[in-house]
Amino acid sequence: MADRRKAGLVTMTDKPQRLRIASRDFTSRLIMGTGKFASGELMAAAIEASGAEMVTVALRRADLTGKGDKFANILTFIDAKKYVLLPNTSGARTAEEACRLARLGREATGSDWLKLEIHPDPRYLLPDPIETLKAAEILVKEGFTVLPYIHADPVLAKRLQDAGCATVMPLGSPIGSARGIETRASIEIILEQATVPVVIDAGLGAPSHAAEAMEMGADAVLVNTAIAVAADPVRMAGAFQAAVEAGRAAYEIGLAPKRREADATSPLTGFLTP
Amino acid sequence: MSFVSTFNSLPLSELHKFSLHASVNDGSGKGLAGFAALISPAAELEELARRAHEVTLRHFGRTIRLFAPLYLSNECINVCRFCGFSRDNPILRVTLTPEQVEMEARYLWEQGFRHILLVAGEHPHFVSGNYLRDCVARLHPDWPSISLEVGPMETEDYRRIVAAGAEGLVVYQETYDRSVYSAMHKSGPKMDFDWRLETPERAYAAGFKRLGIGALLGLADWRIEALAVAAHVDYLLRNCWQAQVTVSIPRLRPAAGEFQPMVRVADRDLVQFVCALRLTYPEVGIVLSTRESAKLRDGLVPLGVTMMSAGSHTEPGGYTGQGREELHLTKGGRRVELSLPLIDSEGEHATEQFQIADGRSPSEVAGILSRMGYEPVWKDWEGALNEAS
Repeated sequence: MADRRKAGLVTMTDKPQRLRIASRDFTSRLIMGTGKFASGELMAAAIEASGAEMVTVALRRADLTGKGDKFANILTFIDAKKYVLLPNTSGARTAEEACRLARLGREATGSDWLKLEIHPDPRYLLPDPIETLKAAEILVKEGFTVLPYIHADPVLAKRLQDAGCATVMPLGSPIGSARGIETRASIEIILEQATVPVVIDAGLGAPSHAAEAMEMGADAVLVNTAIAVAADPVRMAGAFQAAVEAGRAAYEIGLAPKRREADATSPLTGFLTP
Repeated sequence: MSFVSTFNSLPLSELHKFSLHASVNDGSGKGLAGFAALISPAAELEELARRAHEVTLRHFGRTIRLFAPLYLSNECINVCRFCGFSRDNPILRVTLTPEQVEMEARYLWEQGFRHILLVAGEHPHFVSGNYLRDCVARLHPDWPSISLEVGPMETEDYRRIVAAGAEGLVVYQETYDRSVYSAMHKSGPKMDFDWRLETPERAYAAGFKRLGIGALLGLADWRIEALAVAAHVDYLLRNCWQAQVTVSIPRLRPAAGEFQPMVRVADRDLVQFVCALRLTYPEVGIVLSTRESAKLRDGLVPLGVTMMSAGSHTEPGGYTGQGREELHLTKGGRRVELSLPLIDSEGEHATEQFQIADGRSPSEVAGILSRMGYEPVWKDWEGALNEAS
């Protein structure tokens, strides 16, 4: 730091270097999803390569009976000592179903962190704002650390923040669509107003999308499909990690503002100098 | 408005003509016209397959969900020319008790299955709504996902079955060609084409979360059937928007009654149907049973299939011999007492609905999927999502 000061470089102090969610610190700003992988082993290797410290797992894929079902063993591939486990409620279509699944999941996994996903439309998997808010209010009261998956709706984000959610997770574009950040204008408003970390979830199909999210000031991104279905998921995980770090660094440093025209070479107010 | 009125105003023969002469770029790739162009004889199959593979990967990843059918009963009051269970076939029949169903299910559980499909002939006495509800209720505490493929029922009956813990309902229209349908279904409630056609909507109203449809390929021109199935998918996606829609692609198999297919559906036709479905409806589940050979099944995996059965038996008691002591012969729907030696015969079992073509065990199929770079997913649902509110 001293060297950088000497060189005349300043780091902005209002941009914390670490991600903090519900009083827990994370070095990595990449959260990994665990669906769609060709095998548990490959998934584990990709998570390792991504440098992620938090991974989300669909409770519907896991054994919730506590009997160690070897035919529903997705959790055995995730080292609980190494990663913060973020169970998710994928499959739930109502607040009631999500709450029921969340409680079962907490009993089975011991984690009270929860990615709240309620998508009644199995086609685009778009989240239901009404049921999500309802479930969040209940689950926060029950002691869950709730990270809700939402459409990029700034008012909903505020309501969930007020309900006590630990983050908000607006989508860039529909899950698995690889279309990148199509909700940019709304996400900018959410970022401007948020008092909790904002995680861009879903639709990030290329490392450049992840970098873009980070440059915009997102606190973290969640990536699954783009890594899981890549020809080499392990290398792609590394590519996303690098992109997230690059995007975050650029945000912390501050990007040059975009201009339509070139800067005038001679200052127009030069005549004011004595 | 039900699908019946949509179906009645569907320009099926125009779409069919269009599909025969279209090039893939006609119809702008969207909706029914796009689908019709994709099933055109002019379509380049390898190109379709490549595109279908990419779309499948993006939506479903490298995973295949496995399930097993469990036949509850082969009693049936319908006379359907193509079905082994047809009332007039003199075959050995039985209806398993819920206890026996549980024994059969336990066997499937040990094989790894966590998704089960309960199948039965249509018989209001032996296979009543209450009976089905009891079977579901008995399995629900253990099984994450229970679906049914049974005769069409009233919404109220379905509601009770959903409340007992069922997730999905499968009903094939068999054929969407009304005249062929009439010729195939000679007696019984199944003669009512419209009642069957509206079944998925009644199931949705009752709370089923997964709706399976399909045509039994081999009864009428496959392109017309494919177009009707696509129109049905389209309708269900719009109207039953909270349901996961799945399409099965069963081809006629040899069965009791010796029925021969009316039309030939070649392997490449089946492949083209799968690719066209995947490209037009990327999010729809495509189900492949053991009716098809191992080679074709393995080949279809990357192209769009999302759910497969394995190691199936298509007769009640087929897995563990449950119900053997209750076996009886029926002729024309009437029970005929059997002579003792037949009943005592060790290898005797109820008659199957059709012969299977892929006899590999569930673990063999899972092993091959893994080697192909796909994760065989045994559990992808949770019973807690099925509980009545």
